Amino acid sequence: MAAAYLRWIPLLPLLGAAVLGLGGAWVQRRHGERAVAAIACLPVALAFAIAVRTFAALAAMPAEQRVLVDRLWTWIEIGSLHVDVAFLADPLSALMVLVVTGIGGLIHVYSVGYMRGEPAYWRFFALLNLFTAMMLVLVLADNLLLLFVGWEGVGLCSYALIGFWYADLANARAGSKAFLVNRVGDFAFALGLFLLFWTLEAHAEATLAFREIDRHAAALAGVSLGGWSVLTVITALLFVGATGKSAQIPLYVWLPDAMAGPTPVSALIHAATMVTAGVYLVARLDVLFALAPATLAAIAWVGAATALLAAAIAVVQNDIKKVLAYSTISQLGYMVLALGVGASGAAVFHLMTHAFFKACLFLGAGSVILALHHEQDLRRMGGLRAAMPRTYATFLVSALAIAGVPPLAGFVSKDEILWSALSHGDGGLWLVGWSVAGLTAFYMFRLVFLAFHGEARSEHAAPREAPAVMTVPLTILAAGAVFAGFLGWPEVLGGGNRLGAWLAPAAAHGGAHASHALAWELFSMVASIAMAAAGIAVAYAMYVRGLVAPERIAAWAGGAPYRWLARKLYVDEVYQALFVDGVLGASRVAARADARVIDAAVDGVAAGVRGWSRFQGAVDAIVVDGFVNRVADVALAAGGRLRRLQSGRINAYLYVIVAALVAVLAWQLG
Amino acid sequence: MDYALSWMIAVPLVGMVVVLLLPSAAHNAIRWAAVAATVPPLGIAAWLFTVFERGDPDFQFVERYAWIPAFDIHYLVGVDGLSISMVLLTALLCFLCVFASWGIEEGVKAYFALFLLLDAAMVGVFVALDFVLFFLFWELMLLPMYFLIGVWGGPRRAYAAIKFFLYTMAGSVLILLAILGLYFSSTPHTFDMIALAESRHQFTEALQYVLWIAFFVGFAIKIPAFPFHTWLPDAHVEAPTAISVILAGVLLKMGTYGILRVNYGMLPIATAELAFACLAALGAWNILYGALCAMAQRDLKKLVAYSSISHMGYVMLGMASFTQQGIDGAVLQMFNHGTVTAMLFLLVGVLYDRAHHREIYGFGGIAPVMPIYTGFVALAFFAALGLPGLSAFISEVLVLLGAWQRTPWLAAVGASAVVLTAGYMLWTLQRVFLGPLNERYASLPDISAREALTLVPLAIIVVALGVYPMPMIELIDATLATLNAAVLPFL
Repeated sequence: MAAAYLRWIPLLPLLGAAVLGLGGAWVQRRHGERAVAAIACLPVALAFAIAVRTFAALAAMPAEQRVLVDRLWTWIEIGSLHVDVAFLADPLSALMVLVVTGIGGLIHVYSVGYMRGEPAYWRFFALLNLFTAMMLVLVLADNLLLLFVGWEGVGLCSYALIGFWYADLANARAGSKAFLVNRVGDFAFALGLFLLFWTLEAHAEATLAFREIDRHAAALAGVSLGGWSVLTVITALLFVGATGKSAQIPLYVWLPDAMAGPTPVSALIHAATMVTAGVYLVARLDVLFALAPATLAAIAWVGAATALLAAAIAVVQNDIKKVLAYSTISQLGYMVLALGVGASGAAVFHLMTHAFFKACLFLGAGSVILALHHEQDLRRMGGLRAAMPRTYATFLVSALAIAGVPPLAGFVSKDEILWSALSHGDGGLWLVGWSVAGLTAFYMFRLVFLAFHGEARSEHAAPREAPAVMTVPLTILAAGAVFAGFLGWPEVLGGGNRLGAWLAPAAAHGGAHASHALAWELFSMVASIAMAAAGIAVAYAMYVRGLVAPERIAAWAGGAPYRWLARKLYVDEVYQALFVDGVLGASRVAARADARVIDAAVDGVAAGVRGWSRFQGAVDAIVVDGFVNRVADVALAAGGRLRRLQSGRINAYLYVIVAALVAVLAWQLG
Repeated sequence: MDYALSWMIAVPLVGMVVVLLLPSAAHNAIRWAAVAATVPPLGIAAWLFTVFERGDPDFQFVERYAWIPAFDIHYLVGVDGLSISMVLLTALLCFLCVFASWGIEEGVKAYFALFLLLDAAMVGVFVALDFVLFFLFWELMLLPMYFLIGVWGGPRRAYAAIKFFLYTMAGSVLILLAILGLYFSSTPHTFDMIALAESRHQFTEALQYVLWIAFFVGFAIKIPAFPFHTWLPDAHVEAPTAISVILAGVLLKMGTYGILRVNYGMLPIATAELAFACLAALGAWNILYGALCAMAQRDLKKLVAYSSISHMGYVMLGMASFTQQGIDGAVLQMFNHGTVTAMLFLLVGVLYDRAHHREIYGFGGIAPVMPIYTGFVALAFFAALGLPGLSAFISEVLVLLGAWQRTPWLAAVGASAVVLTAGYMLWTLQRVFLGPLNERYASLPDISAREALTLVPLAIIVVALGVYPMPMIELIDATLATLNAAVLPFL
């Protein structure tokens, strides 16, 4: 069904970005921060309202027909390639739009307080609006190429916002790193797109539109490419793209550095929305991925490995934002694991619940950081519970949610993922996911206890609670962390998994619960609750009761495991040596070869010609008779004049032309 | 409008005469005369854009007059989908470059006279349809270019100018020989490029090979394709800003234009045989090699010059795909690179005018000092690295998509450069604009209104053609489809 209002969802924030980008400095100077904030927040609020309307419109439609389309114009039409600028709202994208505008809107409001006093207030909000617009293009795009516009657009904003305080070169570097690592993924993404397009052109119908791709995907099932199923290759390439955006192995390295950006940016871009783009991509192309079991198996293990690795690293981080960053990578690993076992509905569910509690955690961390005058080291925090009760309460609720304590949102969605892995028949995946649940509970409560409990270790006296403009969004997000799970409350506990049903048309595997053994699902649930409790208990024992000194565990086995984790397994160092230094080395070799081999050869030829022409001139003067001498005199006189400008080399050139002309004429006429 | 194309050539020439008649000291009069001489061609170009018959692959606005009947030489001009995009680009950049040349204070009269001669000659190259006329304009263009670099250039201008001249002359010799070869091989003998394209079937395969190589090398020097590219960085570094813009924005396109017009149109058998090695593989190598060299540069202008080499590789790769997407993408890339690289060179010029050097490591943190300037730079840099939503993305993606169909490995090589390009562009942004402020440049003035005037039209085009590229695609599509169809049977 056509719905011309869809376009306003991305256009309104884009408009905000344009106004602030072009005139924001003036607005801020003339009318102050409040005007800037209003211009930034209003479009997002309106977009949220339209998103709600879209959602309601879809809900009112019969389940199988829930599609709204808004076609704007033909973007590219060449030969068989036809790409529209068109937006598509279906259950999946409508849910994403709600998350982006809803949580994005709350983070806009929070930022009004957080960024107070910032000289480039307008630039921050222009970029935040632009980001929102691009993220909405990404989730509403009706085809793969338009999705790529949003995909790179959010990358651009991420770059600019990570390096927002660019006077510190480290921030600028972190931004560049994020963009470049993502570009590696984009390279694979582009190849996947090309291969998909041409395969569809050859075997079905040339298209890049999602609904057409879904329709024709089955026609590609038997096609092979160099011994591989072509669908395996396509999906693998697209998934590499997803590992960039969604910070999975091997391209996760940019996300921890991205914490250099202002904290609301970390919450919005690097926790709640942009980093879920890779998950969204796979869920969007669910039909295609379902036909590529080999890719799915790889995806599941990439997700599991990432979840485990990142959770293990999070345990030893001392920077409050780094803990949350690794936690995000780990939780994204869960979502990717879910995608790999074909449970894209569970992945999207976790994406949504995670958006609530992780945004809340980041914003809570932001309040703490602001209260402590930009202190981020957990070792210099402590005892903030009394001073910042609202922040503490919301943070605690979200921490419980991410740790998987029932009945909070994180418990429900994580449980669905674990159960999907188990019912998929892969005990190994379940085991990894289950262990990660324990690690998650541990590192999360290590953070809570270090920051909010115990004695104050900060040098800054009397930290104060954040203003209402910041705590209200925190409260709303915390409420989401409590209640969002009920949308997908599992059938085994008497729920209807309404979210799974909502997504079912878009995500064909949302109903994994259809035929399962009740006892096993309950087992999985109880086991993960026990794991979460154990994780919290260990953290409590170590960091509140002091029963075990953390230093003793760190020193275990000579301290090597701790050191490796603290140094993030030296992955950054290896990438630097292998890829960055490798490319820079190659570039130096190329530049040197260009100057010393190719250009030197050119100069050599020039010198040779010069010498030859001098020799020729001498021969002319000595051998040729008087008539020719007179011609030569004329030529020399003309050449002499030219020589003043051109050091005489042109003469030789003109000789060559004339000689060549004569030769050709002689050859042709003779 | 009758004689539209002739007016586009004639008006700058008249302007040149007017400039020459003005007193040397009347700098502003000369400058405004130059403006007056570039506005009508721009207007005509805009008019052509609106009335050009899309969907018609043949030449339009054709004017034909006998010139030297004994050798069947005509004054013959016209535009088709291939050349009209280049005519538009030339008219636009020449207009903007007059303003970019405002700061020239020495030899103003000679400078603008030569500049207008260059303008006329460049338009002539793109609209000429008789080989003699084509070659005349081709050579006519060299002369002012040589002097503009050699007289108004930087410290090593003499070396750069002579290098440019010799390189291009070497190419010219080959082109001239090949033109004569075509003339004598056609029956009846003719220099008429339309007739030669129509009678392409009479050229034997062996002849096509020889002539193809000659034309190719001649044009490849202009592109510039590896290994004939080393004149470009030198010429760019020494040339004054506006001349760099013309050089990269227009002159380089003559190489790829020539290959499409002549090699593709008249020598299809050889094109089918040689395109893989000489265009696709070499193009992919250009992309990679240019990007790697750019990354190692410490001179801002040299970096942009090498990025041009890299970006022109996409044109070669795309045209050798023999898919409609690839070949359309190639010509679109010619146009888009023209606008984007023009912005880049203008921007480098702005900085050079203030700091009097272009050392990448000599700046640092100047973004807050020149915020508007930094905004323009960011737009141009992100356009150059192919950010979706901006024009160059469309052409690069079309090129790579097309190339994937014929030579997936080369498309992959070309696509891998998106990482390298982003690498050197962002690294440069970081070194020049971000980080702690280099106190030496704490008081650089931001961009002036005149400088902004030269950049704004380009910025608008870069954004508009990224969001809505169809007006350009419709312009070029039909002609390129015909051109491609001529080669396809021989693949």
